[in-house]
Amino acid sequence: MSYDKRFDGRKFDELRPIQAKAGVIKRAVGSGWFKIGNTEAYAAVYGPREMYPKFLQNPEKGVLRCHYNMMPFSSGGERVRPGPSRRSKEISFVTERALRPVVDLSEYPNAVVDVFIELPQTDAGTRCAGICAASIALADAGIPMSDMVCSVSAGKVADKILLDLNYEEDSHEEGVDIPVAMLHNSKKISLLQMDGELAPEDLRQAIELAKKACDQIYEVQKQALKSKFEEAPQ
Amino acid sequence: MDGRKPDEYRPVTIETGVSKNAEGSAKVKIGETEVIAGVKMEVMKPYPDTPDQGSMMVNVELFPLSSPEFESGPPDNYSIELARITDRGIRESKTLDVKKMCIKAGEKAWTVVIDICTLNDAGNLYDAISLAAMAAIKNAVYPAYDGEKIDYKTKTKEKLPISKLPISITVFKYGDHLLLDPTNEEDKSYDARLTVATLENGNICSLQKGGDTAITADDALMMIELARKRSAELRKLL
Repeated sequence: MSYDKRFDGRKFDELRPIQAKAGVIKRAVGSGWFKIGNTEAYAAVYGPREMYPKFLQNPEKGVLRCHYNMMPFSSGGERVRPGPSRRSKEISFVTERALRPVVDLSEYPNAVVDVFIELPQTDAGTRCAGICAASIALADAGIPMSDMVCSVSAGKVADKILLDLNYEEDSHEEGVDIPVAMLHNSKKISLLQMDGELAPEDLRQAIELAKKACDQIYEVQKQALKSKFEEAPQ
Repeated sequence: MDGRKPDEYRPVTIETGVSKNAEGSAKVKIGETEVIAGVKMEVMKPYPDTPDQGSMMVNVELFPLSSPEFESGPPDNYSIELARITDRGIRESKTLDVKKMCIKAGEKAWTVVIDICTLNDAGNLYDAISLAAMAAIKNAVYPAYDGEKIDYKTKTKEKLPISKLPISITVFKYGDHLLLDPTNEEDKSYDARLTVATLENGNICSLQKGGDTAITADDALMMIELARKRSAELRKLL
């Protein structure tokens, strides 16, 4: 089949509308909120704090620990039973690895920085939205960072390479989903996953699309952090 | 501590329809405390002892995202109590008419599952959670159902059968003083608390006492009276 017009009418290299905020969870050390289309993610940072269980402590530097979760009512079908699943654990691990290259925890031996990601509403691209929110949260928390991390899904539906798949596209039988996370300044990749079948040339194009989207996402993340300080104190 | 009168609530806001995939949802803020409730519906076989009735379930998730004091893991006593208090206020008052949720007696009936998740704990989760649950079921609609399968992507315009609006208010006792809506600094040091759910007609539909200190019957009645007086204001926001 030929995918001529996207289900929601977007151009193939067009992101859904994005919004972001910082400092939305007051009890956290730092927090972020990122919304792309109908996918919405909160992220909160706690720490650096003492790491438990103790045997996981690293005496040379702090440990980053991510916890990804979807709220039971967040997805498009049935209720999702609360609690960790194999899927959410894997997403937690890859999220952690996506953020680790930019975070410098050498000043915090034996400590942990916990990042909690919760999604109240989902429409594909959840791990990417989570990473974007987490990046804002870490910066908001004042964790030393060498770069911001921007994440988006690229992919292919039938014969078209495209950016930011929604659920309908992601679950399409001829859909290939490629979540990517990039460090904004260096454009180095810290998250790369793929499911489906794709020629290497197509993959290169998809990554190029993600690279361009990265700059757009960065602007929104940066603005979210700036706005927090521009608000007049009450 | 923040200059409020003892029986004064922080600003309360309710926003409904905040989670588009849920059959109903609501976000409640009381001061900086923020919770989000979502309703999901399923079709199940009714319980054998109530073959012509639907059912409901309330679950509370105290996310570590919302407070440094919450840990990941199965529900602890605090979240179980919060869920059961919320459940009681709705169930025992027959707010949700479960008889109207039967599709075919003995075979199929609707189940309503209400999940309330915390986003920021700045004290008084009891009232925020109950209010969010009530606002979410009031916002909820049935998903499309053809007799065999639910089409969650298509929501009907048919609301759930709700006939009452219970409001839950928790009164906290510190020595001789009664307080409403404590912040999280105040939330820990109380002697006793009483959660009172009140209906529009002034009747009480659920009670839960907590705290380590015993109270007199007069104390309890005073606390109930305070809760009844304030419930009308919160009910206006629904």
